[in-house]
Formats: sequence, C-alpha cells, structure tokens
Amino acid sequence: MNNLLTISPSPHIHSDQSVKKIMYTVILALMPALVWSIFMFGFDAVRVILVSVVACVAVEYIIQRFIMKQEPQITDGSAVITGILLAFNVPSSLPCWIIIMGAIVAIGIGKMSFGGLGNNPFNPAILGRVFLLISFPAQMTTWPASLHSAVDATTTATPLAIIKHGIKSGQSIVDVLPNLPSKLDLLYGNMSGSLGEISAVMLLLGFLYLLSKKIITWHIPVFILATVFIFQGILCLANPSQFINPIFSLLTGGLLLGALFMATDMVTSPMSVRGQLIYGIGIGVITVLIRNFGSYPEGVSFAILIMNGFTPLINAHIKPKRFGGKK
Amino acid sequence: MLRTFKLGGIHPAGNKLSAGKPIEKLPLPKIVFIPIAQHIGAPAKPIVQPGDKVKVGQMIAQAGGFVSANIHSSVSGTVKKFAPAPDSGGYPKQCIVIEREGDEWEESILSKEENGDSLDAKTIIDRIKQAGIVGMGGATFPTHVKLMPPPGKIADILIINGVECEPYLTADHRLMLEKGEEIIKGVHLLMKALKVTKACIGIENNKKDAIKHLSELTSDDPEITIVPLKMKYPQGGEKQLINAITGREVPSGALPIETGAVVSNVGTTYAVYEAVLKYKPLFERVVTVTGKNLNKPSNFLVRIGTPIKDLIEAAGGSSLNGGKVICGGPMMGRAVNSTDIPVAKGTSGVLLMPESESKRGQEQDCIRCGRCVTVCPMGLEPYLLANVSSKKQWDIAEEHNVMDCIECGSCSYTCPANRPLLDHIRQGKKTVGGILRTRKMKKQ
Amino acid sequence: MNTVIIYSIIILSSIGILAAVILYFVAQKFKVHENPKIDEVEKALPGANCGGCGFAGCRAFAEACAKSNDLSDKLCTVGGNETMEKVADILGLKVEKKAPRVAVVRCNGTCENRPKTSHFDGASSCAVEASIYSGDTGCQFGCLGEGDCVAACNFDALHMNPETGLPEVDDDKCVACGACVEACPRNLIELRKKAPRNMKVYVACRNEEKGGVARKSCKVACIGCGKCVQVCPFDAITLVNNLAYIDSDKCRLCRKCVVVCPTHAIIDVNFPKPVIRGIPKPKAKPVAKAVDATDNSNPKTAEKPLTKTAPLSASKPAAKPTAKKEVTVSEK
Repeated sequence: MNNLLTISPSPHIHSDQSVKKIMYTVILALMPALVWSIFMFGFDAVRVILVSVVACVAVEYIIQRFIMKQEPQITDGSAVITGILLAFNVPSSLPCWIIIMGAIVAIGIGKMSFGGLGNNPFNPAILGRVFLLISFPAQMTTWPASLHSAVDATTTATPLAIIKHGIKSGQSIVDVLPNLPSKLDLLYGNMSGSLGEISAVMLLLGFLYLLSKKIITWHIPVFILATVFIFQGILCLANPSQFINPIFSLLTGGLLLGALFMATDMVTSPMSVRGQLIYGIGIGVITVLIRNFGSYPEGVSFAILIMNGFTPLINAHIKPKRFGGKK
Repeated sequence: MLRTFKLGGIHPAGNKLSAGKPIEKLPLPKIVFIPIAQHIGAPAKPIVQPGDKVKVGQMIAQAGGFVSANIHSSVSGTVKKFAPAPDSGGYPKQCIVIEREGDEWEESILSKEENGDSLDAKTIIDRIKQAGIVGMGGATFPTHVKLMPPPGKIADILIINGVECEPYLTADHRLMLEKGEEIIKGVHLLMKALKVTKACIGIENNKKDAIKHLSELTSDDPEITIVPLKMKYPQGGEKQLINAITGREVPSGALPIETGAVVSNVGTTYAVYEAVLKYKPLFERVVTVTGKNLNKPSNFLVRIGTPIKDLIEAAGGSSLNGGKVICGGPMMGRAVNSTDIPVAKGTSGVLLMPESESKRGQEQDCIRCGRCVTVCPMGLEPYLLANVSSKKQWDIAEEHNVMDCIECGSCSYTCPANRPLLDHIRQGKKTVGGILRTRKMKKQ
Repeated sequence: MNTVIIYSIIILSSIGILAAVILYFVAQKFKVHENPKIDEVEKALPGANCGGCGFAGCRAFAEACAKSNDLSDKLCTVGGNETMEKVADILGLKVEKKAPRVAVVRCNGTCENRPKTSHFDGASSCAVEASIYSGDTGCQFGCLGEGDCVAACNFDALHMNPETGLPEVDDDKCVACGACVEACPRNLIELRKKAPRNMKVYVACRNEEKGGVARKSCKVACIGCGKCVQVCPFDAITLVNNLAYIDSDKCRLCRKCVVVCPTHAIIDVNFPKPVIRGIPKPKAKPVAKAVDATDNSNPKTAEKPLTKTAPLSASKPAAKPTAKKEVTVSEK
C-alpha cells in the first residue's frame, strides 16, 4: 500500500464500537455478581466459574480450529461470557464433569453447530443450563447453603422451591411466608440459589453499568419485569393465598439474571423496539405461568428459550417504524 | 428543549478544526478544468470553442435540458481545449479547460447590489436559472427547478439548511458568520420566488455564534425564524431537517414538496443573493480544507475548476501515506485516488484523513445487535437490506423499502462487526432503481 | 385378552385397508396428466439446475423441449452435444452438433502489467467497486480482482490467482453456463468457441481509450493499431472504438495476429509450440517494432532459434522480411 491513496465507498469513519468491546464490557458488568457469588459460596464458586469458562473457551477453540477449520475467535470474549453465564445458572456444588458437559452442549450445540457467533437462534448459556436441568435434575436442584447462611444445613431450598413445595402440599402463602428470606435478604443476596441469581443489587449494578455504556437498551428488561409484576400482581390480587406477591416474584429465582443478562443477548433477541415488546411480554407471561402452574419452581430459562425460538418470526414480521409512514 | 428529528441518528465527533478560520480567497489557479456535468440532470452543452477568449462569469455551457444548469467560466483567459479530467470516482469526465490570464470579470456583474424589493417571482427564478445555481450542499439539484413545484403542489414554508452536520466541514458556518446579511436577503428572495411568507433557518447547536449573529439580524423580521437544533447526524438531510423543524414526515418515495416544505442550503442561498441582486453567476464557492494531519485547516473561496491539489498546497500540504483524500465530508464524501480532480459546484470540502483514522476494521459475521436498525434515520433494517442485496435478492430488497435509504452511512458507522452495510445497500438501491424504471417504462 | 388382541388387529387392519382404497381412488382422480416424455427427458439431463440453457432448471428445460418441435435453439451447456442427442432421440427429433463454448477472461492486467494507482478498501465485491470507482488502477475497463465471478461459479471452474490478481478459468470444469459473464460488471468474460486441447487466441483487453492513454495504464493494453486486422487471413478481427476483437467462430488459430501485436495484447494459450514474435516483451520504454506485418512465414518453421539477440534497429518503413529475430516465449 505504501504511498497509494486508499479509496472506498463512504462512510470513511467508524465509531469506536466493536464486538470485542461489547463482550468485554458485558464481562465487566457481570463482575459484581461474580464477586458476590464467591463471597457467598467460597471456593466452590471459584471452581465452578473457572471450569465453566475454561471448558467453554476450550470447546470453542477445538471446534473452530479442528472441525470448522477456521481461525479461532476465542479472543472476542463471547465464549467467556457464555462460560460465566452458564456458571451463574448452576448450583455451586455441581461436579466438574457435569459442568464440562454443559459447556459442550452450550457451545457445541448452542453456538457452533449453527455457525458460530451471530448465527445461533438460542441463547447458548440457557441451552446448556436447560440441558443440565433435564439430564441431571438431582444435581441441578441441590442448592448448597451459603457460607454465611443463618440456617445450619448443608443444603437449603431456593425461595421459589419453598413456595412451590408449600403450595403443592396444600399450604397457603401465609403459611409459607415465614420460611422465606426477608425482602432485604432477597435484595442483596442472602438466599439460596444458583451462583449468579442470588443478589438483586449486584445484578442491577451490572445492568446500570451496561446501560450507561449503551451496550444494551432498557426495553427488554423493563418489558419482562413489568409483565411479570403485572401478571403476578393480578394473580395475587385474585387469590392471595395461592399466589405470592409480585415483589417476591421479581426478587427471587433467576428472573433478574435472566431478564437483565440472558434475554438481552443481542444475537437471540429481536431487533426492533416493537419486537422487543412482544418478546418481553412473552417471556414474562410464560415465566409466571410456569412458576405458578407448572411443576418446575422456576420458569425463566424455559421462557427465554421459547421466546428465542420466536425471535426470527418476530424479526421477519414486526418491522420498525418507517420514516414516511409506509408499512 | 432543542428540537431534532425523531428517528435514529448518530453522534460522530465534530472535529470542526477550521471553525475559527475566516474565509480566505485562494490564489487564482493557472489553469481550470470546468466539468460540464456538475449537477443532477443533463450535462450542459459547451458554447465556446478552443481558442475563444472568456471573461470571469461568461457563460461557457448552456443547460442541456429542463433539469440542467448553465455553466460559467470561473477565470478570464483562453479556452484551451475540451479534455477529460477524472471525476471523484476516477472516471474521466469531459471538462472545458481554460488557461487563466488576469482576472477580468464580465461587465454585467455588479459590485454593489441593486434593490430587490420590486422584483417579482418570475424575474428572481429567471436570474437564478441564468446564473446556473445548483444545490451547493452536495446534491447539486438545479435550484430554479426546485423553485417551480409541479402543478398541484404548493409550498408553505422555506427551510434554510445551516445545519452542516458532517464532521470537519465548516464552510456553511463561516458563511453564516461572515455573510449573514446577504444570506438573509437571499432568504427573502427565495421566499418571494416560492410565494411563501414563512422561513426557518435550522442551525445546529455547535454553531452558537452563528445562531446568535443570525438571530440578531432577524430580530425584527417576523417572517424568518432561527431554529437552533440539537446536534445529531444526519440532521442536514432534507427529510430529517423538515421533520426536525416542522415535525412533518416526507412520505416514502415522495419529494419534500409533498409536505409543503422547500429546503435550501445556506451556500445556495448566498449564491442566489449574488445572482439576483448582483447578476453574479455561480463560479466560485467556499470549500473547507481540513484534516488532522493538515498544517493549516482553512476555509477557502475557490473558483470552480481549480484542481484540489492547489487547495491542499495552500493549506500547508500534508504527507499522505496511504490515507484518504475525501471530497466532501467523512460520512458521505467520496474518497478520490488523485488530487487532479477539479472543484465542482457541489464540492463542500476536501478532507485529508490519515490511515489510522480511515482504515476499515476486519469484517466479521453479523452479531444481530440491531444497532443499525436503531440508528437508521429512515426506520429501515440495514442488516437485512445489505444481506439480501449481496445475495442479489432484489425483490426482497424492494419490499423492505431499500429505495428510501438516504445513504447517510449511519449504519456502517455504528456496526460493531465492521460490516460494509452501505456498500451493499447502495448496490441494492442502484439495481432496484433500475428495475423500477424499467417497470415504469413498460407501463407507459 | 385374546379377544382384545384379535379385535385390535381386525379393526386396525380394516382402517388401514379402507385408507389405502380411499387414497388410491383420490390419487387416480386428482392425478396430473403430464406428458411422460418430460420425465424421460429430465432423466437424460445432467440435473445441475444451473440455468445455462436459459430456462429455470432442468425440469423447465425438459418441458420446453418436449413442447417444441425444433431443438435447434436449445442447448444444455453442461451436457453438451451428447445430452442433446439423447434428448433428440427420446423426442424423435433431429439436433445439430453445436460447438462447445468456454468462458474466457479478457483482461491481462496483472499487478506487473497494470500498476495500482490506489488501494481499494471497500466491500470485497467487483459490483460495489465498479459502481463508484473506475478501479484501483489507471484502466477503467479492466478487471477489479474482487472475485464476483469466482463467487458466481457453481462448478468450481474459476479461481483467483493471488500473484496476478486476475481470475483463471479451469477449461475442463467450465460448462459455459454464463453465470460469470452475468456477474462481471465490466463485461470482461465472454463465452468463446472451445478449440481442441483448449487452445485459445483472444484479445486480452477491453480498453476503448486511445492507444496512448490505454498504454499508460497497462503495458499489455490494446492500442487499436489495427495490425492484427490487416494480417488476419480469415477476416476474424474487427476494430471498434480503439479496441480489436477476434470472433471465435471465424478464428482458425493461425496466430498471425499474435505475431504482429505490438503490445502483446493478443495472447495465445495452450499451444504446444511458441510463436515467434519480432517484438520483445513490453519494457518500460516502448521499443520500436522491427517485424514486417505482411510476413507470411509459417510460425511452425520459424521456431528454430536463429541468431542471438541483436539490438533491434528503429523501424524501417516497408522493411524486407528480416531474418534475425529475437525469440520470445509466447505468454500464457
């Protein structure tokens, strides 16, 4: 090229956005929740996170290098995010080999078999998590007590599991309520659950950071949380003895983690605001239905997967507002 | 609350390096290459022969059709020959080559303006047509055609585009500061020509001095309003500007006159003033020469036909090592491969960009982030249009309104995966445009 | 228990038989009656669905053939004469043998011959580059090298040569479907008559500028001098817009034009023996020609190396046939 002038079609400048930057900003946003999980679960949390991240990156490297015969793209940070999110979705007592299996499914099936970053229809971390839940239900629903838990036991149930179990065995909400952690505990994370879902405050911190860096917009999380709040609120008003109040709904389970970090995954969510509204409402409705009427105590993962499946349809038919009003 | 257009938009860094530099007259060139096609429409037909002596402002080519413009000599001297000179794409285009001798102007050009109060619309439009005025914001649409809306379409507001949203360019800014009174007179002339009683001058908020100056000049004028606008690219686009100032949306596929608005650039308005009140045809314009590596970013008053290397030299030259020389702004300008290109009526700036700033990043797969959809000022889906255009699926491109694209470049600018979205969308527009034209011809 | 099993078998079998009978009658009633020949013809076709015949796939071509009485304007470029004979047999028609064709890229503007004047940094598509720019060299007619033709080829017959920057056609794989011809925005690729052993003679240039201008941007440009037109014994060459063109149907591959072309714009490919030129390969300064254009010497006998290279003198008008010539290997 030396002294030759460069020619190209316009535009000739580019914003400083890049895929790598987006990914690393998301990783940074996940740090508060990560630190809290280590604080609550100690070395086990470190083990799970490390194994998950290393396994995801390794699987992606092996598949890209040896099967797809492409230049490995592991430095773009997306495999690391999948690793962290997968770790956030499992209990801290999960054995390493199960985590590795989850990583193989998440990256191998959820991402690479569709062609790599940008081509997958389903969120890889959620896919891995759901696979693990269905294949290893016992290990995936054994929640170890946190290091600082007041209860003196090796395992405890998550708040949602306590509610589900109580309702199924004929109790009413009023009876179950004393067994649940206080709202404050739920807020800052003193409860049982998977690594990443326990602390609402830490997750919200990360979310606000992402918003400030304009990596994601507020639409999807707000639509999901609002739908859950309203739908659960209606149910609770109708029958307060059967249905927990919506504040609890918002703060328990993987709803915040799912709404803030998993549903907002850009590859698998719709591109227009109108589409995102439908997507958010869908996730909210399915989550509430599964939580209150299904067998599983937690429904966010399934809800997100189902709505991921609808995303191509939404993208194809829900068009953004056109200038000039045509269609 | 400052107004702006509602849909999409980006905020590139302004880089107005030459904003404080007053307009300088560029030393006259020794030889000029005046293209006969510097406007939208039919090329002009030369009316001089090699060997003829011409004066500054003398007509050397006549409009070649209804949508066309006259061309006038920008220097006095001898017509040397008709020869091709490269246009901004590198394709050789026919030019009239004149060797300069002195600087003798046509006698009909007045040095002092005459009184324009008694002029009627027809006279104004005739004088504009005679002077060969075209849109100087870059579109180069013949102004006299714009001032004669088709029957049934009535204008009710004139909008003056003082926005200059492209980074680096400052020609319009300096013009508003230094020739404010003349511009206001030009606005009145245009209002008379269009028979409207309301005019708004849109100026972006980064030109506070221009807003203040023009506001003072029009403080007693009930017909002209200065509208400060929030900074956003591409606010200078006709449709976006109309939406920002009036809230109206130009319907898809229609011209701005549908909403009753006519938009004119401040440079064009100034040229209108000079043409109507001084009988001065369009043969010179203000060009910004700028760039981070340039020694003296400046604003020059340049004669049409001057090779841009003269401008670069006058701005202190620069070491170009694999960077770009761009005619226009960095978002919509053309990167050229030679500095022999002549300045034409639509050349608003010459930008020297070092390689570090202009080099495109490595293209990656689309990550479906949707940023291109968010920033598109026309509400289109650039990722989809680029995809189907590169696969030659023209019917899908047409269905998704590819013809509405204004080629502003916001999508390519924002894409984190460095995908050349606009490159493919332009191909789509070109091909679908051809298909639509063929379809229309077959119907007739 | 036994009765349950027996009843189940009887009932399920009856349902199955009933369904089969209904389906049979429905299939008969709603059967689309098609000319059975269409199926036969389709079977005889290669099944590539490339569109080279001008129809939308092999089925459509089969239908068109079956419907018409005359196969003279129909040709399956992939299957060639063999397939058309089979089709003619099935339909009971006659068909003439047609000359097979092959794609030829008519530009020799390699990086060496045609220096770059700028660097293109846009989307890797010839169509994109051509729509805005004249190219990244001085020639606005030449190959842009971004590979739209390579991408269009469904038969793996086109590949980009990284050294020359030009696409190369694999003559054995090319089926002359025409996809690359459509794809090239500069109309450089042409389907020319295929000769035995893939020998070709063609003008590897499409530059319509005047000679001096063309030569400035590319060493091997056609300058429109017309010597080839004069020397061709078969009237196969025409000169239009400063550019020579060899009609492949009339050309007999005698290579007289190759001998006289001063810029080596006309090239001969895949010939077993090189042709003798009187003109050295293009250097930085154009050297004066010394060969007599009306020389009718047989290229084959002139191949013996004569004297060693002697500096060529300035051209003498109406020169006698000079015996001392510099031997140069013909360009591939």
